[in-house]
Amino acid sequence: MNILNYTEEHHEFRKRLQDYFAKEVTPYAAKWETDHIIPKEAWKKAGKAGFLCTSVSKEYGGIGGDFIYSAIVCEEMTKTFQTGLAMSLHSDVVVPYIDEYGSEELKKRFLPGCVSGDIVAAVAMTEPDAGSDLSSLTTTAVEDGDEIIISGSKTFISNGIHCDAVIVAAKDPAVENPYQAMSLYVVEDGTPGFTRGRHLDKMGWHSQDTAELFFNDCRIPKANLLGEKGYGFLMLMGKLQQERLVCAMGAVYGARQVIDGAVEYFKTTKDASGKPLSKYQAVQFALVEMETDVRIAETFIQKLIADHMEKADIKTETSMAKYWTTDLANRVSGRCLEMMEDFGMVEQNPMVQAWRDFRITSIFAGTNEIMKFIVAKLMQL
Amino acid sequence: MLALNKSQKQIQKAVRDFSKGEFDKEHIIEIDKSREYPKDIWEKAAELGFIGIHFPEALSGSGMGVFDNVIVAEELCRKDSSIGITLSTAGYASECLLRFGSDDLKQKFLPKVAEGKILSGGAFTEPDQGTDITRIKTTARKEGGHFIINGDKSFVVNGGLAGFYVVLCKTDSACEPETGGMSLILVEADRDGLTAEDVGRKLGVNQMATTGLLLRNVTVPISNLIGEEGKGYANLQKFFVESRILVAAQALGTAEGALDRALVYVKGREQFNRPIVKFQVTQHKIADMATRIELARLITYEAASQFDQGNIDPKMASMAKLTATKVAMEVTDEALQLHGGYGYMTEYEVEHFYRDAKVCQIREGNNRVQKDIIAEAVIGRIK
Repeated sequence: MNILNYTEEHHEFRKRLQDYFAKEVTPYAAKWETDHIIPKEAWKKAGKAGFLCTSVSKEYGGIGGDFIYSAIVCEEMTKTFQTGLAMSLHSDVVVPYIDEYGSEELKKRFLPGCVSGDIVAAVAMTEPDAGSDLSSLTTTAVEDGDEIIISGSKTFISNGIHCDAVIVAAKDPAVENPYQAMSLYVVEDGTPGFTRGRHLDKMGWHSQDTAELFFNDCRIPKANLLGEKGYGFLMLMGKLQQERLVCAMGAVYGARQVIDGAVEYFKTTKDASGKPLSKYQAVQFALVEMETDVRIAETFIQKLIADHMEKADIKTETSMAKYWTTDLANRVSGRCLEMMEDFGMVEQNPMVQAWRDFRITSIFAGTNEIMKFIVAKLMQL
Repeated sequence: MLALNKSQKQIQKAVRDFSKGEFDKEHIIEIDKSREYPKDIWEKAAELGFIGIHFPEALSGSGMGVFDNVIVAEELCRKDSSIGITLSTAGYASECLLRFGSDDLKQKFLPKVAEGKILSGGAFTEPDQGTDITRIKTTARKEGGHFIINGDKSFVVNGGLAGFYVVLCKTDSACEPETGGMSLILVEADRDGLTAEDVGRKLGVNQMATTGLLLRNVTVPISNLIGEEGKGYANLQKFFVESRILVAAQALGTAEGALDRALVYVKGREQFNRPIVKFQVTQHKIADMATRIELARLITYEAASQFDQGNIDPKMASMAKLTATKVAMEVTDEALQLHGGYGYMTEYEVEHFYRDAKVCQIREGNNRVQKDIIAEAVIGRIK
């Protein structure tokens, strides 16, 4: 039984997306990885083809699709072996802030562009000294007439180089309580005082533009405030359920890619005597263990997607899933590489890239330690 | 007795001083990308006697043991896993000459290795056979006073850069079992018919070259035979005892280096108004890492010490390799995690310790190979 109800429309969408990726993404993935960036045009193409922000309503240019569309995009993306065209991040992590909390004016200004790919979105929470502890961020937002002046530094911002609109978490220095001081603002590319720092060099996600962002007396209109002033922390918390779910989905779909690839490899690779490696009992047991783990993860994730679609509060479960599935992806890929012997250490092997790419997933969107910290609180421990 | 003696402590300190002075973080990260051999550092390391410390003094070594070589590798890797592994593998497979080679071959090649004039390489495995070398296709045919060698080798350490390769060849195709018809032959890099084929980037230790090696009618004198004819496979198994202990030492140093960096980071990084070292879970992670490192150290030193006492035990070497590389993987993983987002960034180094630990786990036989060896030793020959 499928926990999720895929309709004919969903299947057609997936087919179109697969065709699109086969033509416009997969052939370039290796180049993008080597270039350490994707052409910005790739965003526009994906948007024009109708694959960005599937949840945005028709009124703003989207298709008003349910979360299964997001899941399909996330799943198919893991098969492209590139991370630069981070469609799930843009569509299901960042844009929902504008979609849900933005004023009508902001939505009209930004959503159609986000859907068409003309506006690449990013969210800037993390700072050099404020990672897990979001409340300690020091970027300030000070009102000055009709304007807000933003000052501070952000780091590890995904889509940092390409972004045209960035949602910035900043504090009003006049408010003492760090949680109540925080608000979210949309800052547009080209705003004086908004500059990009280094394009950061990472172990994986090579095609993804992760960067530092700087705001030096950056003046934005007051209308660029998302939601209400002082509700920044609550809004972030409110959206983290989906963000963590998306992380967990990416990890499970990615782990599926790896285990499928490994099964294929061990079946088709033979030892010197001509015996397929998959005939070795140690290989069999290892693959069985990993396949079992991945299937458990798949069942869990489908259940969470279904619950999330019913708007259930699954903060506990998504935090659990984020930590458990990202650890799983790391464990499975690491074990497969080790079992592949020398071929497990050459970059020609796509699984090497998967292993490097997975490693950040137990850190970003809240480290797995933070996930346990949150669950402990939710369990009232 | 596993405690370091005075001379070993001096070696440790000398290597520590050397690596502290010579290893430049930015340069190391740069040559990870460009895949450039750290020639200057290698030459200096050789000058100070850190390459081939276990060769006799007459062959430009220091007349020390495998244990001493382990200490050198451990300390180098502790400062930097990539450079440490690269330098301590500079004389790869030269031990085949050292242990089994003729005096002529030893005198001709080993001093150059120890003096940092040439690298050495080993060409054992072949394409599509993984680490299984019980069957190989490369042949060495005797003709006149020469061997004529033909075949393809894969994952040749120091391929393309080495001055010579130790090549595992079939010298008697009719022999049963096949392993009894294999011999080790030294092939100088400048022989005609020898081509190195780049395997491209690896997931770690990109400063060290790994290539395929094509041999097409490569002709070498009979005197290039290392050890007895037909003993190649058996001798290679003895060499692997030594090389696996060395990989264990590299893994041990890699783990220690990762812990060193994690300690600095967790003491300095403040979140939730306190250094993250104040969290119990952080403390226990550190405790686990330190405990595992001690386990890796004990088994690695024990294996090295037994080797020096004349017990060339494949089981001990495999146990050390299996354990130390697992520890390296776990410790570097946790060190990276403790660094948060910074851990994933190239400039924070732990990410390459993590990648290099994986290389240690895979090189010189993966877990399966080690377990097969251990099982056979523990259970007895399994028919």
